Amino acid sequence: MEFLLDRAQGEFGRTVDRMLGGAHTAQVVRAWARGDHGPGRTLWERLGGIGVTALAVPETHEGVGPLPVELAVASVESGRHAVPGPLAETAAVAVLLAALAGGDAAQVDPAARHWLPRIASGRTLVTLAAADGGPYALDADAADAVFTVEGAGGEELWLAPGHGRVQPSIDPARRLARPLPGGELLARGPAVAEAAGRAADWAAFVTAAQSLGTGLALLERTVAYVKGRRQFGRAVGSFQAVKHRLADVLIGLEFARPLLYGAAVALASAGPGARAEVAAAKVAAGEAGYAAARAALQLHGAIGYTDESDLSLWIRRAGALRSAWGTPSVCRARVLAG
Amino acid sequence: MDLELTERQRAFRAGARSWLAAHVPAAPLPSLETAGGFTAHRAWERTLAAGRWSAVTWPEEYGGRGASLVEWLLFEEEYYAAGAPGRVSQNGISLLAPTLFAHGTAAQRARILPPMARGEVIWAQAWSEPESGSDLASLRSTARRTAGGWLLSGQKTWSSRAAFADRAFGLFRGHREEGAPPHRGLTYLMFPLRAPGVTVRPIGRLDGKPAFAELFLDEVFVPDEDVIGEPGQGWRVAMSTAGDERGLTLRSPGRFTASARRLVALWRERAGNSGPGGACGAGDRGASAADGLRDRVADAVIGARAYELFAYARASRPEAGSAAGAATGAESSLNKVFWSELDIALHETALDLLGPVGELADDATDAAGGGGWADGYTFALAGPIYAGTNEIQRDLIAERLLGLPRERR
Repeated sequence: MEFLLDRAQGEFGRTVDRMLGGAHTAQVVRAWARGDHGPGRTLWERLGGIGVTALAVPETHEGVGPLPVELAVASVESGRHAVPGPLAETAAVAVLLAALAGGDAAQVDPAARHWLPRIASGRTLVTLAAADGGPYALDADAADAVFTVEGAGGEELWLAPGHGRVQPSIDPARRLARPLPGGELLARGPAVAEAAGRAADWAAFVTAAQSLGTGLALLERTVAYVKGRRQFGRAVGSFQAVKHRLADVLIGLEFARPLLYGAAVALASAGPGARAEVAAAKVAAGEAGYAAARAALQLHGAIGYTDESDLSLWIRRAGALRSAWGTPSVCRARVLAG
Repeated sequence: MDLELTERQRAFRAGARSWLAAHVPAAPLPSLETAGGFTAHRAWERTLAAGRWSAVTWPEEYGGRGASLVEWLLFEEEYYAAGAPGRVSQNGISLLAPTLFAHGTAAQRARILPPMARGEVIWAQAWSEPESGSDLASLRSTARRTAGGWLLSGQKTWSSRAAFADRAFGLFRGHREEGAPPHRGLTYLMFPLRAPGVTVRPIGRLDGKPAFAELFLDEVFVPDEDVIGEPGQGWRVAMSTAGDERGLTLRSPGRFTASARRLVALWRERAGNSGPGGACGAGDRGASAADGLRDRVADAVIGARAYELFAYARASRPEAGSAAGAATGAESSLNKVFWSELDIALHETALDLLGPVGELADDATDAAGGGGWADGYTFALAGPIYAGTNEIQRDLIAERLLGLPRERR
């Protein structure tokens, strides 16, 4: 047993962190929220350049995956830096197309050959609407392709002809729209439903990692703030009520982390327990990230309640990620379903 | 990164499982916090020692198996899954023994560890004093130099196991220089509980068991060989033991994963949930009370799994050569708060699932048969208090792991 990141995985995380640290992501995410996708697309290409978008794409389709541990590492960093875009959906589409490629459905093979290398490169944005993730496709207005899983029992995979009006989210940088019906039918049958279930697990897994990263960023910023902010003649971070709240945030995040990597190991082996492991990670990371947001808002006071403070980018993200690709309640039911 | 067991680890686990299956008593032993139960548990420690399962991480020369921390975790998992009795030697094995490995002499280890492993000498922890709990540096019991040893005087309290145990370990104040900080001049000593000058007064606990005690010491002689580390360096020695106490070794994940499994079984039985609960993916259906309980059951399962994986991550670190080495430091405060709150949540959920009979003590004739949930609940209530209160742990986490400023005290 070696339940630790190895040297290369640790270094990969630092590489992603360094790249994103110099990328002015706060400005990128604000532009994305306005519907200006240019800076975000550029950032995705750079992420593609260091391999992030190739992690769920198999080597046979010019990816490097599936590498769930590395994907977790990169997704935590993307959450820490509030990177906008359909990261979870990208992984899900990759898993879905790769699972169906080589099957009976003639349309999937060309679709996989067409889309997977482009996804891996980071130059093409894709998104997905499937029952497990609700009726909306994230960032359909920015995407080059919108995939949908539809039909009775979720047995049809479609390439949608477009999307409806963008529906505002509590996180303005998450742009939600319903795919338009029709388009191109790529595959049909029980294999679609099965592959879509697995894809949804990957989406929940990436969302969990982003939640953890979001929480870590919120904690980091709040610790820095309460060290500097003085009231009653001393740093508010010296007050026990403040310390204890932040200690609880750290405990939540530190115990979500092993669940996330436990889920990564389960996804790597694709065993029957993977769904429950992912669900456990999703609950723990979603709740920990959300608790971090609540604490950050409270401890920053009114500053935390402003749009102009960059803190708001993470606070709103934490709330949205908590329910994306499986609400806490749905995931708890999955944990018990084993 | 993987969770695959090596062949050696699998063999170790299989060995533990088959031995436990053959030796764990069929009926639960009486509570180890009673006189009769203490005797029965002492006998169980001897049985464990005969199979060399009483202290698996110790070197073989002291009766152990030289097991790694991962192997210890596997052993504990098997131990609790088998429903084996609580460990009456735990204070000695998980607190004093790591201290002896870190700070004791070879002679002390040879003299003290084998009888500890066999349950022949059972140890109590004697740290708290009436005016000195979380603020341990303020303790006042004294060690006065005498020919060939020390004379101990003062009062210790809340000493777990002391009502029936043989010996104890604790800190005593020797000479303190004017103006020196209060943790200077403390000496770590082992002393007898059944000797002239010692009065043991059992204290009834919240659960009614006479398990812990206060100790009155009046010029109790202790030879030099029973000092651990250098005289006056007791604080440093004790702090490494405190890390062990809060770390993995006091509460292994096996205990919580076993309880979580039993909780799920209870939930399925009580709520008539033979399957997944039906609400998976439910869209527009409102939450019901049953969903609330289901969510708490799930949270207990998630918490136990988180703690298990956290322990595996800790055990995988290169520096985790021994159980003691992996447990020290401020990070052990994370463990302490996490498992103590998990334990309470787990038992509260079980009592709620039981409904009105959840209130009954386990020895009530109407109690839900053999669950042990009521005893487990009252035991869990102590978790946030002992081994350093959770308030102190949160201070440590905030100051040492987050770097927040110390509060003016």
